[in-house]
Amino acid sequence: MLILECPCCGVMADETELAPGGEAHLKRYGPGSSDEEFEGYLFHRMNPKGVHFERWRHANGCGKWFLAARDTNTLEVFATYSAQTPEPPQHVLDAIRAKRPDWSLDQ
Amino acid sequence: MSTRLASGGRLIDRSAAREFSFNGKRLTGYAGDTLASALLANGQTLMGRSFKYHRPRGVVASGAEEPNALMGIGKDGTFEPNQRATTTELFNGLEAESQNHWPSLDFDVGVVNNSLAKFFPAGFYYKTFMFPRPAWKHVFEPIVRQSAGLGKAPKDRDADRYEHFYAFVDVMIAGGGIAGLQAALTAGATGARVLLVEQTAHWGGRAPVDGVEIDGKPADEWINDALQALEGMENVSVRSRTMASGVYDHGYVLAYERLTDHAPEMDGPRHRLWRIRARQVITATGAIERPLSFAGNDIPGVMLASAVRDYVVNWGVSVGDRTVVVTNNDDAYRTALALHGAGLSVPAIVDARATVTGDLPEQARAAGIRVLSGAGIAMVKGKKSVTGVSICTQAGEGASTDEIACEAVAMSGGWSPVVHLWSHCGGKLIWDEDQAHFRPDPSRAPTGHDGKPFVIAGGAAFGELSSAATLASANHAAATAAEALGLSAPAGDTPATNDPAETAMEPVWIMPQGAGHAKRMKMWLDYQNDVKVSDVQLAAREGYESVEHTKRYTTLGMATDQGKLSNINGLATLAGALNDAIPNVGTTTFRPPYTPISLGSIAGEARGEVFQPLRRTPMQDWHEDRGAYLEPVGHWRRPYCYPAAGESHEQAVHREVLATRNSLGLLDASTLGKILVKGPDAGQFMDMLYTNMMSSLKPGRCRYGLMCNENGFLMDDGVVARIDEETFLVHTTSGGAEHVHGHMEDWLQCEWWDWKVHTVNLTEQFAQVAVVGPNSRKVLEKLGSDIDLSKEALPFMAWTEGKIGGFDARVFRISFSGELSFEIAVPASQGRAFWDSLHDAGGEFDATPYGTEALHIMRAEKGFIMIGDETDGTVIPQDLGLTWAISKKKEDYLGKRAQARSHMTDPTRWKLVGLETVDGSVLPDGAYAVAGGTNANGQGNVQGRVTSTYHSPTLGRGIAMGLVLNGPDRMGEVIEFNKVDGGTVAAKIVDPVFFDPEGEKQNV
Amino acid sequence: MSEVSALMGAVAEGRTRVEEGGLVGMITLRGDLDSARVKAAVKDATGLDVPGQRQVVTGDDASVAWMSPDELLIVVAHDQAPGTVAAMAQALADEFATVANVSDARALFRVSGPSAREAVAKLAPVDLHPASFGAGEMRRTRLAQVPAAIWLSGDDELSLICFRSVAKYVFGILELSAADGAEVGIF
Repeated sequence: MLILECPCCGVMADETELAPGGEAHLKRYGPGSSDEEFEGYLFHRMNPKGVHFERWRHANGCGKWFLAARDTNTLEVFATYSAQTPEPPQHVLDAIRAKRPDWSLDQ
Repeated sequence: MSTRLASGGRLIDRSAAREFSFNGKRLTGYAGDTLASALLANGQTLMGRSFKYHRPRGVVASGAEEPNALMGIGKDGTFEPNQRATTTELFNGLEAESQNHWPSLDFDVGVVNNSLAKFFPAGFYYKTFMFPRPAWKHVFEPIVRQSAGLGKAPKDRDADRYEHFYAFVDVMIAGGGIAGLQAALTAGATGARVLLVEQTAHWGGRAPVDGVEIDGKPADEWINDALQALEGMENVSVRSRTMASGVYDHGYVLAYERLTDHAPEMDGPRHRLWRIRARQVITATGAIERPLSFAGNDIPGVMLASAVRDYVVNWGVSVGDRTVVVTNNDDAYRTALALHGAGLSVPAIVDARATVTGDLPEQARAAGIRVLSGAGIAMVKGKKSVTGVSICTQAGEGASTDEIACEAVAMSGGWSPVVHLWSHCGGKLIWDEDQAHFRPDPSRAPTGHDGKPFVIAGGAAFGELSSAATLASANHAAATAAEALGLSAPAGDTPATNDPAETAMEPVWIMPQGAGHAKRMKMWLDYQNDVKVSDVQLAAREGYESVEHTKRYTTLGMATDQGKLSNINGLATLAGALNDAIPNVGTTTFRPPYTPISLGSIAGEARGEVFQPLRRTPMQDWHEDRGAYLEPVGHWRRPYCYPAAGESHEQAVHREVLATRNSLGLLDASTLGKILVKGPDAGQFMDMLYTNMMSSLKPGRCRYGLMCNENGFLMDDGVVARIDEETFLVHTTSGGAEHVHGHMEDWLQCEWWDWKVHTVNLTEQFAQVAVVGPNSRKVLEKLGSDIDLSKEALPFMAWTEGKIGGFDARVFRISFSGELSFEIAVPASQGRAFWDSLHDAGGEFDATPYGTEALHIMRAEKGFIMIGDETDGTVIPQDLGLTWAISKKKEDYLGKRAQARSHMTDPTRWKLVGLETVDGSVLPDGAYAVAGGTNANGQGNVQGRVTSTYHSPTLGRGIAMGLVLNGPDRMGEVIEFNKVDGGTVAAKIVDPVFFDPEGEKQNV
Repeated sequence: MSEVSALMGAVAEGRTRVEEGGLVGMITLRGDLDSARVKAAVKDATGLDVPGQRQVVTGDDASVAWMSPDELLIVVAHDQAPGTVAAMAQALADEFATVANVSDARALFRVSGPSAREAVAKLAPVDLHPASFGAGEMRRTRLAQVPAAIWLSGDDELSLICFRSVAKYVFGILELSAADGAEVGIF
């Protein structure tokens, strides 16, 4: 049972207040995209054992979506941050590397 | 025979008798007794039958680790199976029954399994599954079902109440022995918010039984002082009868409080499940004594040495006049001394160690007790109770050197820390050679959301078995927790104790070490699951080298035991059979709960009326008063129909359809989703949400729209009304409002966050009534309105607002039935009054409330699709002939790219058609259209399926819709659909619009 | 024409009292909470300032609660709500903002008595300990199986808002949790 801090309302939210939304930072491909691009967007997910970027909604709370950088193995949470960002911001990357020096974004 | 002693028993109140019954027999105990101590006091040593062999079993332990004395407690609505007699507090009127026996505890025919034991070895179940196959179904399964299993499931509805409680603490301490108390004192002094829980009704754990003195005071006195000090601290809470049952991710801890089990007459909930978030967790859960593996170690009267001591000291109960103590450590001498002190006989202490020194053995010798060193028990004599033991040398193969008559055997194989809570969330263990047990490895503690350790083991749970070391360890645990919380712990002195000097224990896994197969067949490792030394050795021989595989093959450590007694002995036996070191074999996984918790406590308040939130419209009381038959639609309960007296549901539905088509029907449509979409970019957003062009909709007008997910599949449909240039009102399906609102917010927050659009879910702000039928306009005009309701002023697919009968109304000229229809929304607070006034005014038009089934039939007569019937998450709008609702002009909408994928554009996708049975009957729902021949798997080929099927009272015959291969090109063709009984029924492919295809009835 | 709340003021008496609060005016305002026009519109309508994150401010006849970074809940008398909505919508006509009357979409409950916090803490995964949850905070959370918003409306009184359709469910779980004999005794 996770606790994630909702960056939108500041609550340390119990997992039962939250709804998961899968992998974060997907780039949407619409009409005109190639079959490969669209397949990647619709179906391919990282599913790593380790650092992962995820979407969460504070559904039983302020209702806002936010993103979390989390280790799927140890469940350590490196940061939660705004959903209005197409890629992990620098401060999130720094927080991850402080704990996982060998990690890189394209792993 | 066990009996009550004339004096003694620190926990019982001899002035307060308690009446109870066991298997119908009326017995008496005292306040403070457990069911186990009271049964022993009444001479009842036989308490149950074993799981597999139905061997007679007595109580082995005195606490949560008890594997044998599982009882059914209570009756009717309070009956609960599998309760441990050792943790059941006695109360007046307690009714207990033993389990696993037939026909009686004393005479059990199942014991025949025992004489067949060599045919029921490890892996018995798996072997019977394998060969011969029919034997499982016809021979083994009936026998196993009859004879195996623990208690009976309760038959009656649970009469008690349960609840949850959410608590947030800095330090959660599990275990109220001296370690837990000391840790709480130290942690409490830092100002941290502390919660200390103890599973039993008593504080202090084993220390008072062991004669410990702390700070020069008897343990009981120190414990009372500690409790008083803790109760004086505002930041500390202590709860007895509360067991920490599991430690989970991010500091989540479950604790199980038993509020009225000991006093059923009390008000309030029976159990409370504490859902705790703790920043730091200290496990001060103590240690459990291990049995020794010798032949006959499961005969009633063979008990843990610590339990024998507990029964004498705590409850003034003798388990037998003569008790032989068998041990590999000094601690068991405390039992001999306690028995001796109570005036009971200890004929011998059988010590497996070659040389025996130390304070406690010296005290025993001084008391005149015979100490046999280097000795073991060759065999316990007796069937339903111990009659004696034969002694052998531990080093040998078991030749008898002496026979000693006795009624009880007190055994001690050393102590294992209770590491369950430590291990639940990933804490790792190290093997302690000296004490021959696994203990928590503080360098590999469970970690929390910040990646830092959050569980600390203290006291005996950390492997510190002397009281001095226990208290020091508890202090250290509390200081570690304080440091992790950023608090400074006052340098609390560890209290002084009076520990005697103890000499080292010596691991003994089999007694005697050279015992042959015949003896090993009688050495029980796991009493509850009937696993013997020979079973584990067989598993190893058959190749089950992983401890997890061995566990499942033999059932060692399963069920309620979870390895409390059997774990280490089983691992050691497996290690011995594999000729490997114990730490290399490792342990099985410790899973919560530590001991079983009630299902009621897990459900909490969610039972009966509040099992789940049932949503009610403002007219719900009216529906219920009217006797509506309700059907679930999401969490709503909508009227399916309103049967009149003597009317079947089918008759009621048909009456409702005809009344609506002929005059006036009223539908409570309040459950319809209503979402406001507003902002400068609302039109652009609506164009992305819907397959249609919504931005071109004019204010004052409505448009039916289709909503797809990014996979291209239909997810919802409904009518959109444009309120003004920047504002749309989206109607969703009844079950879909929350989902669609979430879908909108997802795209707005996570993809198009720069678009200026707001959404507000207004579903429940409005009660909505569909006023349907040729007389619908008349009834509204009769109510009086400042709205011109004429066809010219308010044409089909227009909306307006104003007053109707004094109500604040928004009127939509939309129709899901094909009739002249007004859907009218009023504020929910006015909903019931509006509904009532419609019925009053509608009397002259035979105003008929109709339910969801009439709604479904009327929409099917019109060929309108229903989300969830015609769609199932794999259907795209193109399949349903809805291309008219898919904009060709738009560059993009959610699902558009997916609908261009090759599978979506495949011309062989099944398409929507109408279906008419040749004989007028109703097609079975979901039936497949047969295509002849079989596929590669030998299944019949199909060419379509029924999605909606009804008897149309309007047309007087069966109508249906379905998805059929090339359906729209096969109009008039007759195809066969299979029936449940194996036959087929012929149906003609027709246009899905069965009724009023020109829409003449609604455009009036 | 009669207007009624979901449970028409139902009450469960006991050492902890549960009461449905009857009809209350509630208005959702969505927009940029830092915008001067939004602040002015709220001030004009209620006499109150826009509250900070998770705060609720209360005046003589109105309250304003922060619900999310772009959403406020304005509580007024039920019959005042339509007028207030109209006035605020007018004031914010040129602003990207949405004002909606949600009075009838909600139900209001009050739980009062010395064990009121504990009764609610049986249902919500929120630290309601007096040291952690005080006056002036609006906490949106989960109450058993439904969303709810909770604030302290008196010394020993919590107020809760939930959706109207589940009012009967919420009353049921509050009544159970507040029953005499079920006090926890920890706060």
